[in-house]
Amino acid sequence: MSSPIETDAAIVGAGPAGLFAVFELGLLDLKAHLVDILDRAGGQCTELYPEKPIYDIPGLPIVSGQELTDRLMEQIKPFGATFHFGEMANALEKLPDGRWKLSTDMGTEIVARVVVIAAGGGSFMPKRPPVPGIEAYEGSSVHYAVRKMEIFRGKNVLIAGGGDSALDWTLNLAPIAKSLTLVHHRDGFRAAQHSVNRMRELVEQGKINFHVASVKALHGEGGALSGATLAGADKREWHLETDAFLPFFGLTMKLGPIAEFGINLHENLIPVDTARFESQTPGIFGIGDIVTYPGKLKLILSGFHEAALMAQAAFHICRPGEKLRFQYTTSSSSLQKKLGVI
Amino acid sequence: MKIFAKDREGKESVIEGRDGWTIMEMLRDAGLPITAECGGACACATCHVYLEDGWYEKLPPPKEGETDMLDMALAVKPNSRLSCQLICSEELDGLKVTLAPE
Repeated sequence: MSSPIETDAAIVGAGPAGLFAVFELGLLDLKAHLVDILDRAGGQCTELYPEKPIYDIPGLPIVSGQELTDRLMEQIKPFGATFHFGEMANALEKLPDGRWKLSTDMGTEIVARVVVIAAGGGSFMPKRPPVPGIEAYEGSSVHYAVRKMEIFRGKNVLIAGGGDSALDWTLNLAPIAKSLTLVHHRDGFRAAQHSVNRMRELVEQGKINFHVASVKALHGEGGALSGATLAGADKREWHLETDAFLPFFGLTMKLGPIAEFGINLHENLIPVDTARFESQTPGIFGIGDIVTYPGKLKLILSGFHEAALMAQAAFHICRPGEKLRFQYTTSSSSLQKKLGVI
Repeated sequence: MKIFAKDREGKESVIEGRDGWTIMEMLRDAGLPITAECGGACACATCHVYLEDGWYEKLPPPKEGETDMLDMALAVKPNSRLSCQLICSEELDGLKVTLAPE
C-alpha cells in the first residue's frame, strides 16, 4: 500500500455540496481530496436525475442535474482537487497529531486536518430484494454486480430485474452459464429495446428461460446457493436449481460506514451548528442533505451556503494562528489569480 | 378527504387528504417511513406502495415513465404504484395504501 495522502480537507461525497466545498476551501488556499462511491461526480444529481430539470438554483433558471454537475466541475477546476471515485469511505481515525485519517475500501488513506461529510443520503448501494435470509448468500452466491464473468461459467444462473443491467447480464452470461433464467414482475422492460429483442430470441431458441415471476425464497447451505423458489403472477410456486442469483434493481442510498465514524447522529443525520457547520466532533464538518439543524432545508442552494461557512471555520483549524482575509472574487486580484482569470 | 395508510409492520394511519399534494408527500408529512429519495421526480422507485381494496382499478393507469420506474422497485405486485405519481383529489377520498418493503 502506498503512503497516505496528506491534504487540508478530506471530503466524503462528490455531489453538489461536496463540489462547491472545493471552491470555497480553494478560495482560502485549502486543498481537498474527495471520495465518492459512484464512478463520477454529481451524486444524486447525476445518479438519480441527470436529465431532469432543476429550477431553483439561483441565477440558473433551468439546469439539468448533469449540467449543474458539469458547471460545478468547471468552476472548481482551478483548485485541482483530487477525486477518488468508486471508493467507499469506510473508516475514520483520529491521529495523535490531531489530524484525521480517512480510509476507503480500496485502501486509499487520506490524512487531513478537517473532514467534510457531504454524503447526502449516504452511499449509493444496490437495492436488496426482500427475500428472507438473502444476506447469508451475498458475496458468495448472490451478486449485485458482475466483476468476473468467469465465476458464472457452468453455473445455473438466476437474474431478476427489467432494466439495462438485468438484460445486459442476461445476454452476456447466457453463453457461459449452464442455464440462465430471467425473472421480472411483468412481460415488459425498461431496458433498451434491442437488448429485449435479443433476450426474446434467446428464449425462443431455448437457450435461456424467462418467467413473469418473483423470487420468494433461496435455499442452500453455508452461503452456497442450491435453489430458489419462484412465484408466478398466478401465485403458482416452483423450485429452480440455482447456483447464483443476480438481482438488478438499481441503487438506493444507505448511510453505510459513516454510522461507524463516531460522529453523533440524529435519525441518520449529522447535527451541526449553523455558524461553522461542524459536527459535535471538532474538525469533522457536515454539509448538504446529510446534516440537520433547526430550519434545515434539503436544497442544493442550502448546501452551497453551508459549504461557504464550513470553509471559513475549517480555515482556522487548517491554518492555526493565521488571519483569515475575507475577500470578494469580483474585487480581489489574489482570488482572481487563484481562479486563473487574470 | 381521508387516506388510509398501512406501514410495513401493519400499523394503520388515517391521513387528512390535501388537494393537489402527492400521496408520497402526504405519507412523508404524516411521518410514515417512506424513503422517496429522489423527492418526487419518478426517478428512484423508493416511494412504492400497494393500492388496496380495488383502488388500483379505480385510478387511471400509470403512465409509461412510472411503469418503467417500477421495474426498479422491489416486490412489485399487480397493485403496485409509485406514490409520487398519485395526486390527491376528491376522487381519492378513502384511498387505501400499504407501504411496499424496501
